[in-house]
Amino acid sequence: MSDEETKGLLSPLRRKLLMGIAAVPAITMLPRASFAQTPATSAINTTGLAVTDTEVTVGILHSATGTMAISETGSIEAEKLAIEQINAAGGVLGRKIKFIQEDGASDWPTFAEKAKKLLVNDKVAAIMGCWTSASRKAVLPVVEQYNGMLYYPTFYEGLEQSKNVIYTGQEATQQILAGLNWIAKEKGAKSFFFVGSDYIWPRTSNKIARKHVENVLKGKVVGEEYYPLGNTQFNSVINKIKLTKPDVIFTDVVGGSNVAFYKQLKAAGIDLSKQALLTISVTEDEIDGIGGENIAGAYACMKYFQSLDNPNNKAFVPAFKKMWGEKTVIGDVTQAAYLGPWLWKLTVEKAGSFDVDKIAAASPGVEFKGAPEGYVRIHENHHLWSKTRVGRAKLDGQFELIYETADLVEPDPFPKGYQ
Amino acid sequence: MTDNRFFNRSELIGILVLAVFLVVVLPLTLDVFRLNLVAKYLTYAFVALGLVVCWGYGGILSLGQGVFFGLGGYCMAMFLKLEASSVENTKIQSTPGIPDFMDWNQITALPLFWKPFNSLTFTIAAIILVPGIFALIIGTAMFKRRVGGTYFAIITQAVAAILTILIVGQQGYTGGINGMTDLRTLKGWDIRPDHAKVVLYFFEVGCLFVCIMIAQFIRHSKLGRILVAMREKEDRVRFSGYSVANFKIFAFCIAAVFAAIGGAMFALNVGFMSPSFVGIVPSIEMVIYTAVGGRLSILGAVYGTLLVNFAKTSLSETFPELWLFGLGGLFIAVVLAFPNGLAGIWGDYVQPRIDRLISPRKPKPEGWTDSSVADGAPAE
Repeated sequence: MSDEETKGLLSPLRRKLLMGIAAVPAITMLPRASFAQTPATSAINTTGLAVTDTEVTVGILHSATGTMAISETGSIEAEKLAIEQINAAGGVLGRKIKFIQEDGASDWPTFAEKAKKLLVNDKVAAIMGCWTSASRKAVLPVVEQYNGMLYYPTFYEGLEQSKNVIYTGQEATQQILAGLNWIAKEKGAKSFFFVGSDYIWPRTSNKIARKHVENVLKGKVVGEEYYPLGNTQFNSVINKIKLTKPDVIFTDVVGGSNVAFYKQLKAAGIDLSKQALLTISVTEDEIDGIGGENIAGAYACMKYFQSLDNPNNKAFVPAFKKMWGEKTVIGDVTQAAYLGPWLWKLTVEKAGSFDVDKIAAASPGVEFKGAPEGYVRIHENHHLWSKTRVGRAKLDGQFELIYETADLVEPDPFPKGYQ
Repeated sequence: MTDNRFFNRSELIGILVLAVFLVVVLPLTLDVFRLNLVAKYLTYAFVALGLVVCWGYGGILSLGQGVFFGLGGYCMAMFLKLEASSVENTKIQSTPGIPDFMDWNQITALPLFWKPFNSLTFTIAAIILVPGIFALIIGTAMFKRRVGGTYFAIITQAVAAILTILIVGQQGYTGGINGMTDLRTLKGWDIRPDHAKVVLYFFEVGCLFVCIMIAQFIRHSKLGRILVAMREKEDRVRFSGYSVANFKIFAFCIAAVFAAIGGAMFALNVGFMSPSFVGIVPSIEMVIYTAVGGRLSILGAVYGTLLVNFAKTSLSETFPELWLFGLGGLFIAVVLAFPNGLAGIWGDYVQPRIDRLISPRKPKPEGWTDSSVADGAPAE
């Protein structure tokens, strides 16, 4: 046990070291060969970012410690994988990507401090980072003030749009509406019970879901309950669910609370193969903690599942496991984090410059055909056009794809009629 | 020399050294980003200073100072947030003119208790009075019933937990777990650019020295001696006719007000306030700053806070995945090897050498022996 733990702690370091050693000959060989074809640094970097003739520096800013580390580690790993792959393919405008990793420590002000450090001291060309809405809200004023570029991976509540942020996860309407439509049509669902963690994302998501259920689906919300983050006692809400007998339980409980919630649901005799449950917050990462047997049968609505059957994903999953271990699982946000460095690279190449203003302007319309979730494109509002999918949890902790939208869903961070 | 009510000579030198360090050395050697970090660290020094008075002298261990830091910080943040939420800044909302998080939570009018925070004068008064009165209520309820020691510490923890849950739960009124972000101007003066950060830094250092002076005054007054006596033998002080409870309440209130000033400075310097400074963990961290600095030393509290936070930042920048172990190791080492913290190291090892160096020329430095007794220094 302890042996394994130390190994787990050391191995990323060792790997970094090995990667560094491996990179030495490559870097020393590079300049002569590549000078001729790469554009001059002065032309593509007019604002003093950390770009040299051979390297460009980006920041990775997630929680490596604290309560969020369990969720954010996947994002860190995905971003490092993407950077390694981009470097192996020749880098960005002939420059290898070097990254500086900072720890947000699950603490929102620390995120702001580290973001400032990355932008002011390290002059990074872009930041891949943040996870919770709270950390993004803390970092947002910083990237706007110092004109940085943030690639934010998590599905989130919307109501935000910034020149300095690319949102690679889905905003709430994108994620929720298609799933609700599907379950209403497929299961004939009319009554919904909402259970969520008590903060901005579940509250906003449920607000949107409620408007959609009441105004569009002509159904009824029979209950709406919130619990503090980290709560482990769900018995009272489970009793209410048993009393009201909703057609669908709609949940956005986050983090560790999920473990207690699904175990107690099962213990109370609610069989998810008969009672429809639609969650927008449980990915493969969470099931790792919940246990497949406790959640099998539940439906999840998001844009990516590890089991997706397409050529991009078939290459992505083994590459990820090769780098980070056979046992790792890949959830929706991890995949979205993987898109960050790629979208940035494609945008830089489209703009022909590392300048943040030019990247921000060039972002709309950038397409990434190699995304594991399938083709994505950046919208004028800096969110991604993406498909929404419904999967059903299986015993082994994976999702089986049940439904996906025919077309890409347009991101709409300020939805009319849902506010 | 001992006539001086504020400090004896070695203390005066100590304060001057700290002043030179904070006012001259740091601003000259650090860039604005690092200076702003120091400003952030120093906001905790206010809390540590309060803990020296309340815990070091009064012997009252409060594990809930985050509550007062938070109350002060939220008062300041409410004022700044209202100013940042002008109608033109919030045009995109369904109800313009109210803070963004209220709009997200379907609140359509500014709640009543927010309205007075449109006034800066009221806000400044609230920063001092709200935590002060809150501490007075807790203190009266506890100390009048002779609740002390561990039980008091546990109750302060409970208060910290309750306040966090309250803030997180009432997110329409408080910003919830996100806190209050994107604070921009103070009476029209932009607090975000570099030059504003420098001005705020000096303003903060000024406030810190005022608080240091107050703490020094308390320590050298009769009041301070009663506090120390109370810590050592509470019953004797009570039998001598003093109202022990009132002195404890006073020390607790002073610590609360210092913490609140720190919180307000935090909101100004960092442009941010969130429930993550209110809860149990940050409250304990604040006690650690005091412990590392030496809980009996006013200046030690400032240095301890700076050292711990500096270690935190530099360790986490260098080892993003392992830094917590390093920091934990540092705490264990300090507490095991030097129970009186940095001030203890100074007093035990450095000061005697300096004394020996000077003593041939100045044979009788009487002030020092006097003060070490008054301090209730680590003799017992």
